[in-house]
Parts: sequence; C-alpha cells; structure tokens
Amino acid sequence: MQQNTIIRLGSVGLSTVTDLGRMGLYLLQMIQGCFRRPFRFSEFMRQLNFIGVGSLVVIFFTAASTGMVLGLQGYYSLHKFGAEGMLGSAVSLTLIMELGPVLTALMVAGRAGSAMCAELGIMRISEQVDALDCMAIDPFRYFISPKLLAALISVPLLTALFDVVGIAGGYVAGVHLMGVNPGSYFDGMQSSVTNHDIILGTVKSFVFAVLIVWICTGRGFFVHQIRGAGFGARSVSKVTTQAVVLSSISVLIFDYLLTAILI
Amino acid sequence: MNGIGIEFKEVEKGFVRDDGSRQVILDQVNFSIPAGKTTVIAGGSGQGKSVTLKLILGLMQADSGKILVGGDDVTGLRGNKLKELRTRFGVLFQGAALFDSMTVFENVALPLRERTKKTEKDIKDQVLASLEQLELFGHENKFPAQLSGGMKKRAGLARALQLKPEIMLFDEPTTGLDPVMTQEIYQLFAQTQKQVGYTSIIVSHDIPKVFNLADQVIVLNDGMMDVFPSPEAIQWSDKSHIRKFVKTTMGEIYQSHLVE
Repeated sequence: MQQNTIIRLGSVGLSTVTDLGRMGLYLLQMIQGCFRRPFRFSEFMRQLNFIGVGSLVVIFFTAASTGMVLGLQGYYSLHKFGAEGMLGSAVSLTLIMELGPVLTALMVAGRAGSAMCAELGIMRISEQVDALDCMAIDPFRYFISPKLLAALISVPLLTALFDVVGIAGGYVAGVHLMGVNPGSYFDGMQSSVTNHDIILGTVKSFVFAVLIVWICTGRGFFVHQIRGAGFGARSVSKVTTQAVVLSSISVLIFDYLLTAILI
Repeated sequence: MNGIGIEFKEVEKGFVRDDGSRQVILDQVNFSIPAGKTTVIAGGSGQGKSVTLKLILGLMQADSGKILVGGDDVTGLRGNKLKELRTRFGVLFQGAALFDSMTVFENVALPLRERTKKTEKDIKDQVLASLEQLELFGHENKFPAQLSGGMKKRAGLARALQLKPEIMLFDEPTTGLDPVMTQEIYQLFAQTQKQVGYTSIIVSHDIPKVFNLADQVIVLNDGMMDVFPSPEAIQWSDKSHIRKFVKTTMGEIYQSHLVE
C-alpha cells in the first residue's frame, strides 16, 4: 500500500518533469520555427486576422466598460480626498501598466488561445500532425510559429487599443457623468504617465503573447501525451480548458513578476 | 525496383502505465522486411502493430535495439537526418489523416508544394493525373468531410504516393470500409506497388483477406513476433498461440467429419 503510494508519487513527479521538459523544448522549437524558410506568409496573415482583427470587438467592449468603471470608482475614491483632478492619471496609469496588458491577454487567451489549442488537439488526435511529420514538413514552421508571430504583433496592438478605449471610457464616466474638469483629466495623465510606464505595459503584452501561444498550442500539440487527459474528443475538451486556465494563471503570475522586476 | 528493406534487431519498446508499472510492447524482436515486397503485420488490438510502424518512421524511439532502413541504422536519428529518412516513406494513416481545412487538391499537392521546387502548373498536372488514376477526378475541390470513407483513403493514398516513396506504410487501411470498397483498395495497392515498386508494409486485422496481398506475414502477440514466409505457412505452425490466432481469425482449417 505504502509502496504503491510511493510508486504513484514517483510516477506523477516523473511525468510532471517530463511534461515541463517537453514544453521547454516546444518553446524553443516554436521560436526556431519563426526563422525557418520558406516563411508561410498566407498562414501568418490568416492568424493575424484571427487573433488580431477577430479580437477587436471583444477588446473594445472590455476596454470601454473597464475604463468607465475605473472612471466611476476612481472618482468615488478621489472625491473623498478632494483629489478629482487626479482621475486622469489614476485611470491612465492603471490601464497602461496593469489592466490593459492583463485584460487583453486574458481576452485573447479565452478567445484565440482556446481555439488554437482545440485546433492543434484535433489535428493531433486525427493524426494530421503525424502526417506532416511523415511528409518531412516541419509542423512548427508550417502552422505553429506563424501563430506566435501573429500574436507578437496582435497582442501589443490590441493592448494599445485597450488603453486608448479605456482612457476614453474613463473620460466619459469621469468628465461627462461625474463632472470632472476635462482639462485636469488630460493634464493629470500627461504629467504622470512616463515612457517607462508605457514600456512596462508593452513588455508585458509581448511576454503575455508568448505565454498564451506557447501554453495553448503546446497543450493541444501534446494532447496525446498529457497524463490523465484521456483520449479522443474528451481529451481535447479537457486539455483546451486546462490550456485557458493555465495560460490565464501564468499571465497573472508573470504580471506580478514583471511589475516587481521592471517597476 | 524502387523499394528498400527494413531490419529490426533486438528491438525493445515499452510504456510506463499510470500506476508506474511498465508494459512491454515489443520484447527483443528480430525480423526483416524484404525490399519491393509486401509484408503484412497482423495481431490483435494493443499488440504493438501501430507502435512498430511508428518506430520505423521515427515517430517513436525504441528503448533498445537497432532498426535498419536500407542498411542504415535509423535509431536515435533526429533533426534533418530524420527528415531525410522520412522523405523515403509514404504513409496511409488509419483515418487517412487528410488536413480537414484543405481541399482534396490542396492535400494531395501539399508534399509537392513543400518538398519540391516544381512549378504550380506541374503540380496541378501531376495532382490531377493521380486523382484521375485513383478515381477522384471531379472531387478535387471537396473537403475531406465531404468524402466517403473509401474516397478519403484514396485521397490519402494519392497524397502518400506523390513523392514516389521507397517504402509505403499502411495503417489499418480498410477499417470502416465495406467489403467491395476493401477489395478495390487492395487492388489499388497492388497496382500502385507494381508501378512505383515500393516496399509495402500493411498493418491490418482484416484477416484473411489482406493475405491476398502478402508476400510475408508477421504475427505480433504478447511482445513476441513470428515471421512467416507466406500466408500459407501460418496454418502449418505448431505454436499454440499461432494456432489460436489462426483459429480465431480464419476459422478451423481442418474439420473432422464425424461419422455417426
């Protein structure tokens, strides 16, 4: 009984270490795949459209509501100290450094990450990935690395859009609804937001893009080797859920780490 | 003749189960697959038929032993060398493994577009010619989901044959097909092998029908392999597990006529 527990524990440990190693190598191959020729421009454009253009609406609405809530909440808190003039800087700093990159990444993970994971998972269980391997076509160059490149371009741009729409949302709530002076809203923003803050937000969005594509495509790619995932359609659904949860948690953890390192 | 031979030397492959114990699939197996001939690998489910194919293709690595393809040791090959090895193979997967977001034409053209420097016109001519040969002409703009099981297999075969492989691997090629379609597919295998001259390895449990194609038969059972120079030879084996296999797959050979 005790021996069985130890064996099982060892087995879990081994499979976890194997999985981590596999994912590490996968990240390396994914990056290498970006530099292999011939570059698949059509696939890259398709992914850019899917990850970037396809996420515009969801990012717009998330950003607008987040900005407006920040405007209202910020006004409520600042009003207590008579510091409504600081609303612009509070909204913009929160959005640019934290909420913009994080919420954009979470939305992209939920929308595009889940789709990428399911697509790769289905390709794996229906032997399409093996078929590519057998034709000596590198699956990374062929359809995984273009996703990474597309995310590296889309996610920072979507983050920028999120910031702008969020700031506009904050303006609508703060200035139009609560009566903050429009001049002080923008003046506060201009005086408090530095290049460093914008760089921090941008670095975060690049890192989050890599995390999302890495975890979501990687989970789908290894759907057949993940311990306890089961088989067939059920394994794809299980792994897709796992991928979205894992990538979202990683985004939040890396958000803290990057803030701690770069601030 | 185009084909090349394959040799397994004391190959062992096992898997670790979820409870930590080890399950041996292939136990120190030795056999060779002659060039240009058809070898059928038979055996029950989970006996390691697909594992054997994956070992040959380098999709899995053996725990120990050597696998020689055309005399070259391919165990432990990685990167470009593994890629080079794979260009010598054509594979027809169990579910045909067509890319479901591409049309039949794009699927068949894929190896030519990716692995050769042919012009788009040459590719179009070659693909349409092979689709015609495999009776898929007129279906080139359909997606795999719009094809019947037999058509999928033929499209998969067309794709696998584009680069004139030296070895063709067929993984359960007739699963899910009706008897007429099965017969047609077997005829296609025989025809294309005659034309291209490849070494053919068929993993199948469609016994005894698939034996009509076989020059050599390998039976996999509990990690052991038994090689028979012809399908007929299986019937004369005195090993108990082979007798059992023959009995369950082909029926009794001799039936005593009881006199009452």
